[in-house]
Amino acid sequence: MVGLGQVFLLWLRENLFFSWRNGVLSVVVGGFLLWIIFLLGDWFFLSATWSGGIEDCRMRQDGACWPFVRVRFSQFVYGFYPSVERWRVNVVMFVFFTGIALLVWERTPWRGKIVLFMLCVFPLASWFLMRGGFFGLADVSTGRWGGFMLTLVLASVGIVTSLPFGILLALGRRAESLPFVKAFCVVFIEFWRGVPVITVLFATAFMLPLFMPASVNFDQLLRAMVGFILFSSAYMAEVVRGGLEGLQRGQYEASDALGMTYWQSRIRVILPQALKIMIPGILLTFIGLFKDTTLVLIIGLLDFLGMIQAGISDPRWGAPNVPFTGYAFAAVVYFCFCYSMSLYARHIEKKFSAGRDRRH
Amino acid sequence: MVTGKGEKIIEINNLQKSFGTFVALRGVSLNVRKGERIVICGPSGSGKSTLIRCINRLEVPDSGSIVVDGVALSDDVKAIEGIRRQVGMVFQQFNLFPHLTVLENCTLAQIWVAKRSQKAAEETAQHYLERVHIPEQMHKYPGQLSGGQQQRVAIARALCMEPKVMLYDEPTSALDPEMIAEVLDVMVEFAESGMTTVCVTHEMGFARKVADCMIFMDEGKIVEASDPNTFFTKPKSERTKLFLNQILEH
Repeated sequence: MVGLGQVFLLWLRENLFFSWRNGVLSVVVGGFLLWIIFLLGDWFFLSATWSGGIEDCRMRQDGACWPFVRVRFSQFVYGFYPSVERWRVNVVMFVFFTGIALLVWERTPWRGKIVLFMLCVFPLASWFLMRGGFFGLADVSTGRWGGFMLTLVLASVGIVTSLPFGILLALGRRAESLPFVKAFCVVFIEFWRGVPVITVLFATAFMLPLFMPASVNFDQLLRAMVGFILFSSAYMAEVVRGGLEGLQRGQYEASDALGMTYWQSRIRVILPQALKIMIPGILLTFIGLFKDTTLVLIIGLLDFLGMIQAGISDPRWGAPNVPFTGYAFAAVVYFCFCYSMSLYARHIEKKFSAGRDRRH
Repeated sequence: MVTGKGEKIIEINNLQKSFGTFVALRGVSLNVRKGERIVICGPSGSGKSTLIRCINRLEVPDSGSIVVDGVALSDDVKAIEGIRRQVGMVFQQFNLFPHLTVLENCTLAQIWVAKRSQKAAEETAQHYLERVHIPEQMHKYPGQLSGGQQQRVAIARALCMEPKVMLYDEPTSALDPEMIAEVLDVMVEFAESGMTTVCVTHEMGFARKVADCMIFMDEGKIVEASDPNTFFTKPKSERTKLFLNQILEH
């Protein structure tokens, strides 16, 4: 026990108190951290209301009001999706998270086929299942979609479609022999990257219908998706370009010298290698996109954060600690998702840099 | 310019090429006949790599003409791809595809460019991997092989397309000394089997063994072109003598 105590003291001296300035800094920062942890812990757990209803929350105002989240939870997840039809969303979410879990686990067999299924079959199938209107499935218009499912739909559509578009744009930007294609790609990428996301959403939500014939009733959700696809493709193009530029010129020359056509060389030689380099960048773009989906609030779609806000403004839940509770809950959920993605990105990055020229 | 038997397979006429202000080729003409083995040497920056990279259009010359196997090189992408199928190339840095196994490196272009079946492609690949003496490494990835082994795979990969001409661009310059011999042995073997070969190298032992014609380049021009015997014993130009002294002395 004495030995352990000495080791601890030694560690303290070496790391926190090796000079008096360092010691003062350690005490101040350490104290501040403890204070924050205490405040949060008290607010989240000790002083929080755990059961009952709004009356209980009004009586204990210096802590979180968890009954609010409990009562509203299904709305936070499904929006205004009819309760009897929610099994459809559950099926989609189950397949979605199972698919991702299978792909994250590296020893899953048939990973290639699972990727193909998740990218090609799953999005269409889940769209039709959630939208309904055939085989006796009740029609649920996208206006009633909301909450966390909407966040997932927007984020995954954004990431999945932005990848192929991003690849095309990045290849186009490097096509020196096709000046018009190159110019188009440069302007497209720089334009969407240079415009705030909110503006893009406004533009697609309110201006897109102006370009369409009046008879076409363009779904509000689809408009938001178009906006997301436009700007996420531009961001993705820059990520892909980084991957393409990370390859040695010799790879292009070797495939050319074998007589391969442009697309043969891109598909068989260049992209498989570039995509591997790009995985961390792609995941980071995904994190950004996931957070940016909250901006659809501005065009009247109620995603996860939107539903929470709607819940907060409900007069029946009028208590000073309710808004804080709602936002804290949103922060925790977003943090969990984004942080796990960034952990995964870091894991992949480490894996690839470890075996640079070995088999990955 | 070069005497030899057989019909011409490569005709290069007055080739010029600059990179910015640096002039790499100042009017180079060269004919290569079927079955001929040409070794090009010269100091760095003399334009020898640029010259052979123009033959399969990895570099686009500023002016002059190249005809390969009866087809004139132009901007026509289809014609270029056709010529590249007939011309195999081996690079200084090997440039194997690191994400594919040795076997896949050798079958990729056969399947997609030459449109052979997977089975036929694998048989051809195995044949050439045996001839470069590494059939046992077939299922490994390039990153798991030594430099010499990688270069031999690169030679097999080019030969799998059954080209009419082989171009070697300093194939041993990036290798550790103890690996040079294994690559040169393979090159000698194929050169002696009658493959038309254009090789940029400073390996004079290899040149003496296989070359029908030696070419010395300096400052973007062909300074001397003669048979190896004359080239090594009584070179005409002072510049060639100096160069040969420098590289043969140690």
